[in-house]
Amino acid sequence: MQIYLDAEKCQGHNRCYALAPELFDVDDYGQAVLILDGDVPAELRDKARLAASNCPEYAITITQES
Amino acid sequence: MTDTVNEKASPEPSSRFGDRDAVFGDSPEGTDVWQRVPYNPDDYGPVKDFATDFDHADRQYNPNAPEVWKELRESGCPVAHSDRYGGMWVPITHDMVHEVAYDTDHFTSRAVVPAVGRPGDLAMPAPVGGVPPISSDPPFHAMARRPLLPPFAPKQIEPWEDEVRVLCRHLLDEMGDITPGESVVDAAIDYAQNIPVNVIGRMLGFPEKDEALFRQFVHDAMERIDEEPGTQNGLDDLGKYIGEQIEDHRNNPRDDLTSYLMNVELDGNKLSDDHVGGSIILLLVAGIDTTWSAIGSSLWHLAQNPADRKRLIDDPEVMTFAIEEFLRAYAPVTMGRMVAKDHDFNGCPMKKDDWVLLPFPAANRDPKQFEDADKFIIDRKENRHAAFGLGIHRCLGSNLARLELRVAIEEFISRFPNFELAGDTRWSVGQIRGPRELPVRILAD
Ligand code: HEM
Ligand code: SF4
Repeated sequence: MQIYLDAEKCQGHNRCYALAPELFDVDDYGQAVLILDGDVPAELRDKARLAASNCPEYAITITQES
Repeated sequence: MTDTVNEKASPEPSSRFGDRDAVFGDSPEGTDVWQRVPYNPDDYGPVKDFATDFDHADRQYNPNAPEVWKELRESGCPVAHSDRYGGMWVPITHDMVHEVAYDTDHFTSRAVVPAVGRPGDLAMPAPVGGVPPISSDPPFHAMARRPLLPPFAPKQIEPWEDEVRVLCRHLLDEMGDITPGESVVDAAIDYAQNIPVNVIGRMLGFPEKDEALFRQFVHDAMERIDEEPGTQNGLDDLGKYIGEQIEDHRNNPRDDLTSYLMNVELDGNKLSDDHVGGSIILLLVAGIDTTWSAIGSSLWHLAQNPADRKRLIDDPEVMTFAIEEFLRAYAPVTMGRMVAKDHDFNGCPMKKDDWVLLPFPAANRDPKQFEDADKFIIDRKENRHAAFGLGIHRCLGSNLARLELRVAIEEFISRFPNFELAGDTRWSVGQIRGPRELPVRILAD
């Protein structure tokens, strides 16, 4: 599984950081940053989906299911 | 429609926080800042039909808002209209609220609180508006917002948790001896309303004794929108008060948000006093009754739903989801916009300077966006709610608001696991929706 974060769309709601801190961090301005580049390990896939489906700005997408 | 903007004079720089204009409401006759919409008290008062005569200041609106939205949706009217306030439109679906929030070309944030007085094109000091960044449009909005982001970013807010907790416990202690089954406390007056005002006052470094004053400002700005312009006196004093605080911080700089704002640089320049003062007003108005309403509505819900109380106590992990569901189902904040230029909006002929209300709370109950939208599901897994807005004006204080809401609920139910409504809840009036009086009876554990 791959996730993609669209920095243009992100408005810093920080839902992703709250729900999946293993995958997302926030910078000093409260904007989300993807910690993990590349494949999402099996044990974090549910969290990735959870983050994606709670972002109010639709900034997170799962680009490749597996 | 009158349009009495005085073309030539725009406010002197740095004068607003001296001894002159009110920032909200109508300024006195002869000043350039606000145009007057002809005011006849008979045009206001109870609404007969929300589809054609919408007024969020109707005393029956906030207590019954979810039913109003439902009726509008089911009657096939996704955009309500009103001749009040000089003309106002109210789209209620998630799609449309989203569309307006994103379309900053047609919808300006020059004014976000529809009221009887309203600003003309020259009313707000260019380019960021009177209370930046909420009153700012692109491209200046990003500039005005940027310096405020770091102090409200998650990692800067997290350390406030202990202080918020101590404050909540103190308020609960102050309720005195409780006899279960008999004692009635007011969860809005004795609890919710005291939390955000104390926290933001402390962050800004303002005297604690002035809390009641801040609440009065907020009341005048948000709840008296349908009254005669110019009668909201509390606001006239707000500029002056903040001017004094800025002066005090100039003389005695300290490690707080006010000093931070006075020193932060934008492109190598410090912010003007007007900009600092405007942002402080915004933080006071945006941070106080909003969070207080969210805490109150959540406790109102819990008072009536023992299963949800029990779930929170038995399964603290559910809190992450519960907080978002409280925010979705009882979103306290509706914002406003003005139409920037004539615009056909989904068939509605919007005219320049019409008001548009952005009811994020209605968007949050749109069945097209949420399954069982009118049902409170404490562990709702998919919840892209819009309680903190959508797009560039996303609530700057959302991390602080969430922290206060979570800690306030945790502390209340840990002290009082069982409680029920004890009499009439009184709801706020206007754009911020939440209980202002919320008597609850404490029951045995
Ligand atoms: C549950 C509590 C709160 C809710 C539901 C809420 C909601 C909102 C909403 C919907 C907006 C968007 C306005 C728009 O689109 O025009 C907003 C903006 C804003 N809020 Fe909040 N708010 C809350 C608490 C706070 C707190 C505690 C603070 C700060 C202390 C705060 C500061 C702000 C600021 C500064 C803006 C303007 C951001 C901008 O224009 O870029 N809010 N809020
Ligand atoms: S939830 Fe969405 S908008 Fe919020 S920080 Fe994450 S990516 Fe950004």
